[in-house]
This record gives sequence, C-alpha cells and structure tokens, in this order.
Amino acid sequence: MKFNITAREFIERSRSGDLDYMAFAGMMMDELQRINKKYNCLREIVDIRSHLNIEPELHGLPMSVKDSICTRGIGSFAGSRILEGYVPPFDATAVAKAKEQGALVIGKTNQDEFGFGTFSTNSGFGIPKNPLDPSRVCGGSSGGAAALTAALNMPHIALAQSTGGSISCPAAWCSVVGLTPTYGLVSRWGLIDYANSLDKIGPIGKTVYDVALLLSTICGHDAKDSTSLDHPKHDYTTFTDRKELHGVKIGVPKEYISGLDSDVEKHVWHAIKKLESLGATYKEVSLPMTKYALPAYYIIATAEASTNLAKFCGLRYGLHADLKGNATEYFSRVREQGFGEEAKRRIMLGTFARMAGYKDAYYTKAMQIRTLIIKEFKQALKRFDVLAAPTMPILPPKFDDVKKLTPTEVYQMDVLTVPANLAGLPHLSVPVAKMIGLHLIGDHLQEPRLIEVASAFEAAK
Amino acid sequence: MGTKISAETTKRVAELARLDLSLDELTKMQRDLNEILSAFKIIDEVRTDVQPSFHPMPVENVTREDKIEPYLGQEKALAQTKHKHEGYFKGPKVV
Repeated sequence: MKFNITAREFIERSRSGDLDYMAFAGMMMDELQRINKKYNCLREIVDIRSHLNIEPELHGLPMSVKDSICTRGIGSFAGSRILEGYVPPFDATAVAKAKEQGALVIGKTNQDEFGFGTFSTNSGFGIPKNPLDPSRVCGGSSGGAAALTAALNMPHIALAQSTGGSISCPAAWCSVVGLTPTYGLVSRWGLIDYANSLDKIGPIGKTVYDVALLLSTICGHDAKDSTSLDHPKHDYTTFTDRKELHGVKIGVPKEYISGLDSDVEKHVWHAIKKLESLGATYKEVSLPMTKYALPAYYIIATAEASTNLAKFCGLRYGLHADLKGNATEYFSRVREQGFGEEAKRRIMLGTFARMAGYKDAYYTKAMQIRTLIIKEFKQALKRFDVLAAPTMPILPPKFDDVKKLTPTEVYQMDVLTVPANLAGLPHLSVPVAKMIGLHLIGDHLQEPRLIEVASAFEAAK
Repeated sequence: MGTKISAETTKRVAELARLDLSLDELTKMQRDLNEILSAFKIIDEVRTDVQPSFHPMPVENVTREDKIEPYLGQEKALAQTKHKHEGYFKGPKVV
C-alpha cells in the first residue's frame, strides 16, 4: 500500500511536500470504512477530505479520539445512550492542542460506557473486536482506540484515556503501545469524567515514538483544570533514540508475577531478560499493599463516578423524555433508560460507599489505603528506575467467555493495572508477543525513563 | 465492615442515585453489591492510621484569577435541549 508508512515518515514527507494529501485522505477514508465493518473500532468516522489541516508540527497526522473526550462539532457520547446526540461546542484541551499542532480528527473510538469496563463490551453503541483475533475482546475501556491502532496500516495516533488501566489493557491485548501519563501532566478539561482523582488522558500508538510524539503535543499546564501540573513542557521524542540500558535498575514486583497465564509469564520473563541483555539490571521487589489496591480503586472510582454522573438527567443535552411527573420521577426515569447495566451497578456501589454510616468504612478507608500504596511505590522507586511486570495477567478472553464472568471476576482482571493508576504514576505498555504487553511503571513525571526503556526494548526486538 | 446490604437498603440507594430500577434489577443489584463488597472485605485488614489521599498528587486550594471571560452564551447553551421556554431550560415539576 502506497501510504503504509509510520507517523514519523508521514510527517517528514508532509513537511517536504512529498505527499499527495487528497490521495492520502481518500485512502484513509476507504480504510476506515473497511476496518470498521470488520472490527467496529469507531462510533463515528469524520470525513477529513474537505478540511485538510496541514499545519506544523504534525502536518495533518490523522488522530482518532476516544468518545469520552469532547470534540467541537463532533458527537461525544462517552459510549453512553444517555449522551446520545450530544455535540460539544468546544474541544477538550488535549484535542485543541493536538489540532493546533496540525492533527486531524478522523473519528470517535468505541469504548465501555463512561470507561466502565475491561473488555469494551459495556458499550451503548458498537463493541470493538480484537484485530489480532476477532473472536476475542480488544480490552477496555479504550478498546476502539487500540483496535484501530492495530488494524490500520496507515499513519495514525489515538487519543485515549485511563482511569484504572483503560489505556494499558487494550494496548497490551491489541499489541500496540499505550502510555498513561502522570496524573495531571495532561489537562482533563473537556473529558467526560469517570473519576476525577484518577482520570488521565494519554496516547496509544503503533510505536513508542508515536506515543512520545502525541504526549509532547498534549502535555502542559491548563488553568481550566485545577489538578493540572505546572511542569515544564518536554519533547518526549528526544528520549526515543536510546539503544542500550546500561545503568538502568529495574524492579520486578513479586506480587505481579504470580498466578499468570503461562504464555504471559514466559513472554514477560523473556522480555525482562532482553532488558538485561541490553545492560539493565533487575531484582525482584515486594509490594505487599498490591492486593488492597483493587478494592480501594473500585471504591474510590465508583464513589467519584456516582457524583459525576449525577449531572446526566435528560434536561440540557443528550437523552430526553416527556416532561411527565415531578423532578425526581423524571430524572430517575431518564437515567434508568439511558444508563447501561454496568453504569447502574457502579453508580449504586459508589452511592452506597458514600452514604452516611458507611462512608468511613469504605470511602475514607479506600483513600487512606491509597496513601499507603503511594508510599510503598515511592519507596520502591527510590531503589529502581522503573518497575516491570506483565500488563494483563491473561490473554484477551473470547466474547463467549466474557458473558460467563461475574462483576467481581471482571474487576479482578484489572489487578495489575489498578495500582499505578491509583498512585497517579506514569506507566507504559509495550508489546512483547501477540496480545501480551510488558508494563513499565515509573515515578511521578518520569515518563522519559519509561520511553527510554521501551524504545531500547522495541529497537532490540 | 462485613456489611450485608438488605433489599431495603438497595432500594434506598437506588432512590438516592435517582435510578428507577425494576424489581428484578433491584434483586440482581442487591446480589451483585453483596458479592462485590464481600470480595472487598480484605481492606479491613489494613491498619490505616494515615491521612487519606484525595488526589494522587498533592493539590491545595487552586484558584484562578477572578476575571470575566467569554462564555458559551444563552443560544448555544440551549441549543441541545428539547425542553426550553423563552430562553430558559424548562424542567419537570418541582413542587
């Protein structure tokens, strides 16, 4: 295929005027339609043929955007029927920054409703399939973003979002690269919130360079997000040239490498040995708080979600009904119709965890456990530059098997991705084998270390 | 902790959450919530004589300068609702 080139090559060719944009855009539209018929990655495709934006630095690089991230003039439903028809009159800060730098929005990617899921099967619209094996899920909640990245053999980057593993999980299961930045490094303004103290916008791409490029574009302080960090802007692509890892100390958390699928275990150890062969040293480290991260995460996430979702009541945008009954009756009826089963479950769990009489035992306790988890990570990361582990404990399940799982069994899938998310630490999933990812976790704002290690690994593969 | 959620509490939570759940949904929700909370019971083991972390990074009273900025405007704000009346949102009956 004429345009089967990397994002980097695309930008170079665009810059030098050596690219026929109209032909490129036409082929991109054809490819998106073809791929979407097979894998259902996108809820909506945006025709880029009529508004080509070839501004530097990205020179018209196609970018898909997760449905929960607001895009001006393009429907943003967060995968939920309750937001069906909602067309934001503004761009999220991350989208605005990427567009200013010349990214072109090509569509909105399918996801679990509001990010509530690990398989992207809790969607009010399309359920994406894994392009590496369409009988299997592609992971969630940014499933459409990862599936599209894997399926599209044309230059493209995906803007995704994670609360408890929604970038890493689908990246690992679709064999692409996913980078979840430090909490606050990328503005959350314009994101349809799941849980404010956990949500991060971040990139998914085919290569480490691609995610470094998009992160460089979208990071930076934003006065519109009070949790946004005032951290100097970096060009993260400058960390992608490292080929060896001499002097890099890697910790392998014991609690993350037990009870794994045998294929995952084999390939992840092979990857760790590869890092060693590049000059890094590794040691096992114990993080005994790990088993408490999952319940603490689900309590905090659902408590925050239950308050965030209170604003969706069929009045100002999205789903409406006839104005019958009093206010409580009207809101309750619209919400019953508009939310899917998992959304209702999480709203219920979160509302309960915040109720008088239960708040201290659940909500406050979970926040205290978060303090202990952050402390434990910080201590380990004084001794190690990065922690390395499998991203997901198993291969992506088949659609038929997912139906048999109880809610608690589904939540257990997030056991390896939740701790770093709870602590707001940056983490990166890099493919090590088909549908298996290596998870690299760094200290706050240590994205450069993650990018260096992942780049050296990628180059040596 | 060891809480068991009763049918009555489940109904109360649904009311607080403004979800008009059917009887079948309430029954299933009660079972699911009890299963989930029973799996979460392990957090009782943790000695938590520490301050809670409401954010992963310390955040303290972040405010912006109090100055008037352009806003969406009435027309755009009302553009996506079916329920409006003379430039206002029209809501359901309150009293």
